[in-house]
Amino acid sequence: MLRFIFSRLLQSLLVLVVVFTATFFLIRLKPGDPFKGEKAMPASVLAQMNKRYALDQPLWKQYFIHAGAFARGDLLPSMRYEGVQNSKIIKDSFPVSLLIGLSALTIALGVGLPAGIIAAVRKNTWLDYSAMSLAMLGICLPTFVMGPILQWIFALKLGWLNVAGWFERTDWILPAATMGFIYAAYIARLTRGGMLEILNQDYIRTARAKGVPGKQIVIKHALRGGLLPVVAFLGPAFAGITTGSFIIEKIFQLPGLGQHFVGSVFNSDYTLVQATTVFYAALLVLINLGSDILQAWLNPRIRLT
Amino acid sequence: MRLNPLLILLCALLATVGLTGCGSGTMDAKQGAEQKILLVGNGADPRFMDPQLVNSTSEHHLMIALFEGLVAEHPSRDAEVEAGVAERWDTNSDKSVWTFHLRPTAEWSDGVPVTADDFVWSWRRMLTKSLAAEYSQMLFALKNGEAFYEGKVDGEQLGVKAIDPKTLEVTLVGPTPHFLLMILHTSWWPVPRHCIEKYGDALDRVNPWTQEGKMVGNGAFTLKRNLFRQVIEVEKNPRYWDAANVKINGVRFYPIDSDSTEERLFRRGMLHITTVVPLDKIPAYRKNHPDIYHQDPNTAVYFYRINTERPALKDIRVRKALAYAIDRQSLVTNITRAGQTPAGGIVPGMEGYPASTVFNFDPAKAQALLAEAGYPGGKDFPKFEILINTSEAHRAIAEVMQQMWQKHLGIKVGILNQDFGVYLDSMSRIDYDIMRGGWNADYLDPATFIDMWTTGNGNNNTHWSNPKFDQLVKDATQEGDGAKRFAILRQAEEVFLSEVPAIPVYFYTRSHLVHPAVKEWHPKLLDVHPWKHYELLSPPPASSMDASWNK
Repeated sequence: MLRFIFSRLLQSLLVLVVVFTATFFLIRLKPGDPFKGEKAMPASVLAQMNKRYALDQPLWKQYFIHAGAFARGDLLPSMRYEGVQNSKIIKDSFPVSLLIGLSALTIALGVGLPAGIIAAVRKNTWLDYSAMSLAMLGICLPTFVMGPILQWIFALKLGWLNVAGWFERTDWILPAATMGFIYAAYIARLTRGGMLEILNQDYIRTARAKGVPGKQIVIKHALRGGLLPVVAFLGPAFAGITTGSFIIEKIFQLPGLGQHFVGSVFNSDYTLVQATTVFYAALLVLINLGSDILQAWLNPRIRLT
Repeated sequence: MRLNPLLILLCALLATVGLTGCGSGTMDAKQGAEQKILLVGNGADPRFMDPQLVNSTSEHHLMIALFEGLVAEHPSRDAEVEAGVAERWDTNSDKSVWTFHLRPTAEWSDGVPVTADDFVWSWRRMLTKSLAAEYSQMLFALKNGEAFYEGKVDGEQLGVKAIDPKTLEVTLVGPTPHFLLMILHTSWWPVPRHCIEKYGDALDRVNPWTQEGKMVGNGAFTLKRNLFRQVIEVEKNPRYWDAANVKINGVRFYPIDSDSTEERLFRRGMLHITTVVPLDKIPAYRKNHPDIYHQDPNTAVYFYRINTERPALKDIRVRKALAYAIDRQSLVTNITRAGQTPAGGIVPGMEGYPASTVFNFDPAKAQALLAEAGYPGGKDFPKFEILINTSEAHRAIAEVMQQMWQKHLGIKVGILNQDFGVYLDSMSRIDYDIMRGGWNADYLDPATFIDMWTTGNGNNNTHWSNPKFDQLVKDATQEGDGAKRFAILRQAEEVFLSEVPAIPVYFYTRSHLVHPAVKEWHPKLLDVHPWKHYELLSPPPASSMDASWNK
């Protein structure tokens, strides 16, 4: 197991180097400039800015300057929010996204798992159909429709929560619910599929033949295997969901990380694009590692390879 | 030991809830009125809080709370100024030398007096290349401004002198009757030398002096807190010379970037003033809440730049045909719908300079011009594209243009959509046929809409060049009489319109939702509202929105 983890860590490092390199060059291929606006910047001012951020150096030199800094753990300052370190931007915004992401995930699992299990156990009954129709709705409804609907009901009509902003202890509820509902839908469908497959296995039939009560079969024998697709999905989903969503943060005016992923590309904020992408990649790699270990623990067949 | 993934998740969740500090609670419009705190939607987070580096309207809204120039924004009138740091001023006969007498009571928020030397130092800083201030060229209006910027003369020769601590003498390149309106722009405001130098190099753009707890200003308010993407709060500055007349205790600026979210926040009763109104909500507000909805003219023009070196578009008659074939009235009533006005010229109307009416809708004339140019009925006209940046509004307008040119001229036009950055790149490389553009004024003067079209100007981007036009623009800078100067600028605009390197489409408006607790709302052409003049009524008077606010 240790060797397994070690080799995976090495691979992860390589992945990060590749991601950094690709990001570095791709963002510079995009037409656009970090400093230009609709009004022309005087040439001397532009030259000064390029000098300040070493953009007047040959590309390979810039690459080594940036790669060196990242290797030392220095994510460089943002080019748009001048004077603000990218690490500070991430440090300030990630907890917000993490909180909303984790709450959303809790909601998603809390709703999605039982719905999926019930749908699988009561296959082809009204329970199954209504749970799955709801899930389909959740998958089809985009967040930019779901969010405003929730704002309209809970903030404008009922007046229970704030419309948007990040000021009160309850401000995470609506964004988390918006996000959670959509993930719940995926999880319910995955759970149902996984459970159905397991419930048809021989060992379940054996257990049933031996007279094990239905509840025990589902919880003790079927669930562990039936959840495998969900766990596999959760790994990458976890990274995606906790690093924020541009749309949700826009609708709910949240100071999260998601806006920076999109905003930095629009602004051609080269260093921030690099920082957010590498951060996301690192998180993804780490979580995938965790998810692999968790899967190995859940499924003895994986452990051998 | 059995690890339950759900349990881990819950623990992680609780841990983050503990770690994430939320702000200090919300305040609704009624509480705001009670505590005399104005709640303002402000579009976007500022990139800078240094008056010499800012460049956006939302930043200007913050600056006008925190700093003050020699003269100050008038609460309701556009072509007038109020006394600011200077209590009075005089000028010579051709308006090229101005003497400002600073008020003895003008102080920085830490009690240090604001002196003439502060202005001299600030203007020199603004004109230093390595600060890379985008608006540094604004100060080329000073005598030797450009030479000083290029390092050819020293500060002693720059056209700004402190005669004594409270007298500032400003010598300009030439007669400048509109100088007072010009110095309403933040690039002319003083910055606190003693504070900036305390926290680092004066020419360091990222000097931390503008952070909360460090910033020293001379405006009616001081910075209380600045939370990215949440709120920027300013509170009344007791040391401000006119503090006795400031009737509110503070302003909270919310950097809300989604106009729909902003509108919902207003509907929930959380804001006093919004930055904008979403386009699709305007008809309903206009009809049901005329007391809340404010539609103000805005000195800005929407136009189509033409690449004057493309085949066919090279021909002035073709460009004119395109300009005459646009039914601007129909465009603003049916498509843009926020009360914009058709633009017959390139300069929006302002006091003493009404908007030109050269381009009206005249399809017959347009067809004749096109035929004269050799394309009767649009025959053999080369296909070209309208370049827009990604936006539904720009697309809708481009589609209407497409339709009108097809219908009236028989010309086929495509639409090319690019991301903003890419679009700007195409513009600066002049790699387009026709592209949408917009321009707003940095200060209220027709020249801000005319200067940009001179030969080689960084904002021209059309390949258009006309010596007569260039000469007129230059002549205008030599004229000390305001009315005569406007007449010269008018001639320049006419030259421009006779060759149409850009087709004027409409003049902008600005829409705001304003809570009845705000005592008076004055439309301002540049959308700069001096917060120090605002008053809040508590309880707020009844309004058409009470039903939704009292829920």
